[in-house]
Amino acid sequence: MSALGNIIFKELKELMTPTTFLPIIIIAILFGTMGNTIGGIEEELQEPPTIALINLDEGSFSNIASNIFNQTSNVTFYSESIADKQNAINILKDKEGQALLIINQNFSEDIESGKTGLFEIYWIVQGGGILDSVSSSVVETLISTVNTNITRELIAKDNSSINATIALNPTSRNETTFFKGKEFTGISPGQIASVYSMQSIFIPIVMMMIIMMAGQIVISSMALEKENKTLETLLTLPVKRTSIVAGKIIAAAIIGLILAFIYMIGMGNYLASFQFQDVASSSVSVDLSLSGPDMLLIGVVVFVSLVAALAFCMLLGTMAKNFKSAQTLTFPVAVLVLIPMFVTMFKDFDTLPLALKAILFGIPFSHPMMAPRALLFDDYLMVFAGIIYVSIFAVIMIAIVVWVFKTDKIITGTTSFKWMKRFKK
Amino acid sequence: MVAVEVKDLVKDYGELKAVKGINFNIEKGEIFGLIGPNGAGKTTTLRILSTLLTLTAGSVKIMDFDLEKKPEEVRKIISYLPEDAGAYKNLTGKAYLEFIANFFDSAKNRKIVASGIKIADLDERINSKVETYSKGMKRRLLVGRALMTDPKLAILDEPTSGLDVVNAQEIRNIVKKTARDGTTVLLSSHNMLEVEYMCDRIALIEKGLIVEEGKPSDLMKKYNANNIEEVFTKVVK
Repeated sequence: MSALGNIIFKELKELMTPTTFLPIIIIAILFGTMGNTIGGIEEELQEPPTIALINLDEGSFSNIASNIFNQTSNVTFYSESIADKQNAINILKDKEGQALLIINQNFSEDIESGKTGLFEIYWIVQGGGILDSVSSSVVETLISTVNTNITRELIAKDNSSINATIALNPTSRNETTFFKGKEFTGISPGQIASVYSMQSIFIPIVMMMIIMMAGQIVISSMALEKENKTLETLLTLPVKRTSIVAGKIIAAAIIGLILAFIYMIGMGNYLASFQFQDVASSSVSVDLSLSGPDMLLIGVVVFVSLVAALAFCMLLGTMAKNFKSAQTLTFPVAVLVLIPMFVTMFKDFDTLPLALKAILFGIPFSHPMMAPRALLFDDYLMVFAGIIYVSIFAVIMIAIVVWVFKTDKIITGTTSFKWMKRFKK
Repeated sequence: MVAVEVKDLVKDYGELKAVKGINFNIEKGEIFGLIGPNGAGKTTTLRILSTLLTLTAGSVKIMDFDLEKKPEEVRKIISYLPEDAGAYKNLTGKAYLEFIANFFDSAKNRKIVASGIKIADLDERINSKVETYSKGMKRRLLVGRALMTDPKLAILDEPTSGLDVVNAQEIRNIVKKTARDGTTVLLSSHNMLEVEYMCDRIALIEKGLIVEEGKPSDLMKKYNANNIEEVFTKVVK
């Protein structure tokens, strides 16, 4: 073999390890999954929306509107009586429809007399993720088509007395949004999404930062103890193994929270500069605030999740041989944090497929990202189930770490986790 | 009085048998040396006695405490100095000694730290960060850490490893003085001359077995050798 070939062969042999390929494979799978989700949303956009229609007007313009809705949507309920309103809403909720559209009694007459024709719209919003508002935007497009057609009709009639503003915007609307069992009068799904985007983006990012920062501290701390050869001394001192484990976890949690707090100040200012503009400029307000006990519950979820994350990181840290290997070991934590972060950003837990729901619930770091949303809509079952699950996870992790500390594995570095040994190579 | 009693000690790492059933006793106040080549089982034996590793078979008693049953009691009376031990780099030498002293009797805390500072003998550099220390200074600090608590048993793995002649000599003298003050010392070394100079008794370990044991002078006489190195060579052959 030539000298060049010899070097290439050696380099390939060193580089072709699971550590090199695993991150890329996992990232590819992640992107693939996200691609499928976005593909599903594209399909959702192309599908006709499911609506209910109550037409209280018999004029020409309401006919235009009614025809467009019938042609371009899946009208699951139709009536000409206002008494059917509640029935229509119930049917829509059952069929996961998007909106009930009520064409007001004097719709056509109002437009002809130079006023706007009134739609009453009852939006049914399923989730609060960024991508969950997509379905309502499909209905918005239909209303826009109705407006265009009415404008065209008005111009075709050559009604020169019509107000130009009315001709261009012939309809107005009164909106009510049903979201997770709550009724928001005068609020559109877009306005809710605007408030909700704070929850959607800010909380998952902050939680990701806390877990990543504190986790890295714990893993590095263990790695440095081994690299600097201080661990052996520590383990022969009259101190309980549980105290060593707890000490490291608590210290990392404190540092993690401080770092996250500093991060939150900057990030909060940045997001506040544009996140609330839409709501602030509107005349309506959305009551999506958390009570004191709710905040306390969020604190509990964050605390147990942080402890669980740090115990998990500690376990990974016991496998680290030195600081360099610790960097590699943070990768599983990053994956487990990024998955819930992206999922909760884009979709609401309630609107996810069952398999993804199970995965998200199973990842303990998802719960602090999901809890604020759940509490906003009084989904206490979800929050308490999360706290119990994450607490059990944390206790099991701590027990495993303490067990590792009591065995030879902490010194010899041998583990029973053969896949991890291969991963570390 | 027997300070350490090791009976049929076996340690396996999976299929590798590191220690294959060794026996030895150490009397109180004695300096006992475990000598042998790399991979003979010295460090494994010391790690077992310092509660870092579990034993596969056999038994160990330290000051009458069964090592397997009472490891937490054993940790209160021993002190272990690993061969390549380090200290926390961001702490000063004094802060490191205080950190260690905090695990012991709080009433004697100051006395323990003062003793550590005295043994380490680093003058004003005791207030410098450990990361600025030379190898010799670091080792002196660690010897100070290991002996400042007046342990009943000091387990020292290659205590003068990597040190220059002057530093090595000082540490040997410190260890000898510690033994005179009542601490039992178990040490391992590659340096046979050091062992001959320091130890009251020695055990030669080879491939996980103790192949010879006794006072250095008796062994030299028995094998008609001028020093322990010659004894070792003759025993191994």
